[in-house]
Amino acid sequence: MFDARPSDTDYVRHRVSQFRAQVARRLDGSLTEEEFRPLRLMNGVYLQLHAYMLRIAIPYGTLNPDQMRMLAYLAEHYDKGYGHWTTRTNMQFNWPKLVEIPDMLDHLASVNLHAIQTSGNTIRNTTTDAFAGAAADEITDPRPYAELIRKWSTDHAEFQFLPRKFKIAISGGKRDRALVSAHDIGLRIVEKDGQRGFEVWVGGGLGRTPMLGSVIRDFLPEQDLLPYLEAIIATYNLTGRRDNKYKARIKITVSERGLDVFKADVEDDFKFRRLEFHGVDQEALAEFRERFAAPAFRNAAVDGFEAERAANPAFRSWTDTNLHPHKIDGYASVIVTFKAPGATPGDASAEQMHLLAELAEKYGHDDIRVSHDQNVVLPHVHKADLPALYLALREAGLATANAGKTSDIIACPGMDYCTLATARSIPIAQEIAEHFRAVGLEDEIGKLNIRISGCINACGHHHLGHIGILGLDRAGVENYQITLGGDGYDIPAIGQRAGAGFPAEEVVPAIDRLLRAYLEIREDENERFIDAYRRLGPAPFKAALYPETVDA
Amino acid sequence: MSKAFIPTAARPGVITANDLREGHNVWMCEDGWTPDPAQATLYEDEAIAELALLKAIGQDNLVVGPYMVEARRGPNGPEPTHFREAFRQKGPSNYFHGIQTTKKSEAAHV
Repeated sequence: MFDARPSDTDYVRHRVSQFRAQVARRLDGSLTEEEFRPLRLMNGVYLQLHAYMLRIAIPYGTLNPDQMRMLAYLAEHYDKGYGHWTTRTNMQFNWPKLVEIPDMLDHLASVNLHAIQTSGNTIRNTTTDAFAGAAADEITDPRPYAELIRKWSTDHAEFQFLPRKFKIAISGGKRDRALVSAHDIGLRIVEKDGQRGFEVWVGGGLGRTPMLGSVIRDFLPEQDLLPYLEAIIATYNLTGRRDNKYKARIKITVSERGLDVFKADVEDDFKFRRLEFHGVDQEALAEFRERFAAPAFRNAAVDGFEAERAANPAFRSWTDTNLHPHKIDGYASVIVTFKAPGATPGDASAEQMHLLAELAEKYGHDDIRVSHDQNVVLPHVHKADLPALYLALREAGLATANAGKTSDIIACPGMDYCTLATARSIPIAQEIAEHFRAVGLEDEIGKLNIRISGCINACGHHHLGHIGILGLDRAGVENYQITLGGDGYDIPAIGQRAGAGFPAEEVVPAIDRLLRAYLEIREDENERFIDAYRRLGPAPFKAALYPETVDA
Repeated sequence: MSKAFIPTAARPGVITANDLREGHNVWMCEDGWTPDPAQATLYEDEAIAELALLKAIGQDNLVVGPYMVEARRGPNGPEPTHFREAFRQKGPSNYFHGIQTTKKSEAAHV
């Protein structure tokens, strides 16, 4: 468990008092908006379609119950009773008033949360596997490294004005659940000859130019992590493009210069950087390992769990879909989806947040994670406690048995909130989820990742959806392009555009045709949509989406 | 982009922005700024509109990011011509939040 140290808290409070003074100077006219804008962005304050938005960093998606209660408190007192989990495991509040944001940040500082570097051309919140420290297939918990990266990157003087924003993900499992290949830098923990280190990926990213990253180092020894990250980012800082915002991400730098050329510069820089690190980072890492020590797991019978599964089909269905294998016998990680039919993907009410805090204390060793698919995970729950946990979740509308299925859709806020959006995402997600629940096909379809973005910036990761949906403005009307074959997990792939876009009211019928065609042509129920797509290619799926083209 | 829109008699426009202190959407009207888009001043003359926009930009202590955007004359005041502005005038579609909560006449039949 991460425990806040006074030095961190002092720093965060200092930043809040700075921001409070900046807001005051903005209000009294001493600062223009042009001067104030970069200052507010450094503190996570955006101006969106209807109001300001505050983006709060949740480091590597890890929350303790007190932090979760604080988010609930802010939702109740400064927003409209809810918050929104983002695809970078942060929380956004959609309705804060500028004049109240310093108070919100003060409250957050009391639980060692903040909004620093949740915007701007800086190193953003490092993300990781939501099952970190719990997953059965894990080499080691990636969070001590993620914390080391957080400490190093926060207020790093050299990297406050990068050509563009910079995102790092780290994964410790044999299966990558952190989208390593879709980040500016991705780290996979690996072991070689008994030594622990990292496979380092660089140059991945979505947005208007989606690219999967490349491996820049097969094996980076653990102790070289920070100097090597620093060498990559320093090289990018000097050679990344600043003339064109749309070509400023590291993926463009690497692809334009070539991986070999970029890597040669990185390795040259690394030789010198390495000499600047004298072991303080390794001492800190050792300390973080202690702070992230596993909880005191318990031994208990699981008879009650098995009996409830046998007696209660709804519970059985939920345990079939919403549990993830745990490294300790008798335990499971619980996926609490925020995707009930009709719900806004990723929106959590204050009541739901309070309940999760309480349940984490009661059944979950005080540990809560936010996942990149806009759900919450209780990583350590003994199976003996699952029947009681399920009942409590069900009463709060949080026990939908749909993790990884059709209605477990990732959707960005879209034009319902976002000023960059070109179309809405949320109503499309709601309609798809409701439709497939209503027609009763969700269980039959099985595992399926649908991802929706309301503009080409791709916050909804549509390129990584087995089915991706991109909302655009076509001559003043919302229009939705469909991409097929994307995957963020086992075989990372960027989805390919299927054809012409659909008006909003035709999206659900199109997805319905597509999935009914899949059910017809799959080999058996174990062949997922993405597997069938890989086996057969796009043709039968395009034919289902565009039947009139085939007839003609 | 809507920020460069220049109104004419055939395609009039309104000036809109966000309230500096609280962030909500506001429209320029005869005596300042209003949260009710139906009260917005409709500009049909390029020169008058340009002066008004300069005045709006000068009110940096009240509003953020003022811009001119196309609108049409409606029975109850200016109406949006693009769905983005329609959402700004109404609020999000997933919750009954934002401006739609204060428009009593429309709220009755939402």
